[in-house]
Amino acid sequence: MSLLKVDNVTFGYSSGKSVLAGVSLDIGPGDTIGLVGESGSGKSTLLRLLLGLTRPNSGSISFNGTALDPRNAQFMRAYRRQVQIVFQDPYSSLDPRQTVLSIVAEPLRSLKIARDHRQMVMEALVSVGLEPTILGRYPHEFSGGQRQRIAIARAIVAGPSLLLADEAVSALDLSTRIRIVELLKQLSASMTLVFVSHDIGVVAALCEKIVILEQGRIVESGDTKTILANPQHPYTQRLLASVPRMPA
Amino acid sequence: MTTLDQIAAPNRRRRFGSLTLWAGIALVGIHIAVGLLTVVWSPYDPSGMTGGRLEAPSWLHWAGTDRLGRDFLTQIMIGSRIALIVGTGAAAIGAIIGVTLGLLAAFATKLLDDAFAATLDILIAFPTLLIAMLVVAAADTANLGSAIFALGIALSAIVARLTRILTKRVLLLDYITAARTSGTSWLGIVFRHILPNIWPTLSVSFALQFGLAAIAEASLSYLGLGAPPPNASWGRLLQEAQGTVYTAPIGAIAPGIALVSLVIGINLLADGLRDSVDPTRRAR
Repeated sequence: MSLLKVDNVTFGYSSGKSVLAGVSLDIGPGDTIGLVGESGSGKSTLLRLLLGLTRPNSGSISFNGTALDPRNAQFMRAYRRQVQIVFQDPYSSLDPRQTVLSIVAEPLRSLKIARDHRQMVMEALVSVGLEPTILGRYPHEFSGGQRQRIAIARAIVAGPSLLLADEAVSALDLSTRIRIVELLKQLSASMTLVFVSHDIGVVAALCEKIVILEQGRIVESGDTKTILANPQHPYTQRLLASVPRMPA
Repeated sequence: MTTLDQIAAPNRRRRFGSLTLWAGIALVGIHIAVGLLTVVWSPYDPSGMTGGRLEAPSWLHWAGTDRLGRDFLTQIMIGSRIALIVGTGAAAIGAIIGVTLGLLAAFATKLLDDAFAATLDILIAFPTLLIAMLVVAAADTANLGSAIFALGIALSAIVARLTRILTKRVLLLDYITAARTSGTSWLGIVFRHILPNIWPTLSVSFALQFGLAAIAEASLSYLGLGAPPPNASWGRLLQEAQGTVYTAPIGAIAPGIALVSLVIGINLLADGLRDSVDPTRRAR
């Protein structure tokens, strides 16, 4: 059974501009899926739909067999606990006026998860490789990589089954990027991961499955190694050809 | 042995000692102390003739007397109380109405937001003093309450526009989306994320509103539309000193200095408070 099922979803703006056209996706428990495409291909819009922040014009999204309905508060509370996101920009994804404790504990507080918040936050920080001594510090005291770890701690603190990562490493320098990818790889052992990126190299290192989006349509999907070794669609071939390589 | 709780105790370090903050506290503190003192004590009866006409400063009358022989220092002290009441009242009314309307506009649909923005632009085009004069005139009687209300209404448009712009900017940031995906309600987002993040700018604006209100009240009183006698408003004192400015300049200088010191004090206090509550500034 699918964990998250996207069935023939379309989305467009009132101006008439179509962003997603007939997108279908089946995400099973434990999957690590890379969603790849150029800027404007609809990746981030698809994530917003998966988060229930925007409603599709047509088609449906279901979680564990239940249709996603943003008007159903009880369902959405359970859904929020199960599905969390890590954003691209670690500088704008953390409230600068809140301490690390307050930031990471937000899902626990808002979802009314009745346990020792401080203890859970410390456990989440340790699991992303941060010291629990930072609870009282503010985001501006940390580097980009550390901030992204704080953002990941917030995303996993409530114990979600699905983690969405929206270009989560593209704003980081190379060495930090490698360490965050390693961290996400560790986390993906215990949860489903949907990793949105335009960087095929990162997706290849992290994801078992890949979905290629072009102008709001899925043009190719399947096993990452197979597709990267033998791309069928011309767009996938162009994407692979555009990956920078070291000169011989 | 050190426990995890001890290690993770919140960092409560606060740098609460900027020169700006203390200068503001000192200036405003003097005005508040003087204003409160006049509730229970003043050197002389503010409306009583306690000396000769237009006496120069002396040990008996530190700031001299006015043309009716009333002690000038007593009237300036009472003027502090009036200015503080009007400034605080008007800034509070402006803040409550302005922040509420600004937040509602930022969350409204595009059509409503556009209509709201246009209305605010029209309101702001009118000078604060003109709107206040219109409201006081409509109230039919010039009193302290109508002056405070009038200035509060006039200032609320400026606060509303600022709140709307700041809120819309914050709403675009990822931590708001993160709060939504964490299950935080819109009300929670407003109180936990939006207001704390727009507060530094708003607090400076409130201080400016306070200063504007104090100056506008003095202007209304100068025109005879502010606090009526026996309230000794600085504006009325300035108006009364107009005819004697060359023979007894202290009558114009003293209320002017009092007004300027209060406005500067409030601005310094707001700057200092903003720096002390903003964690990103505190660490510098």
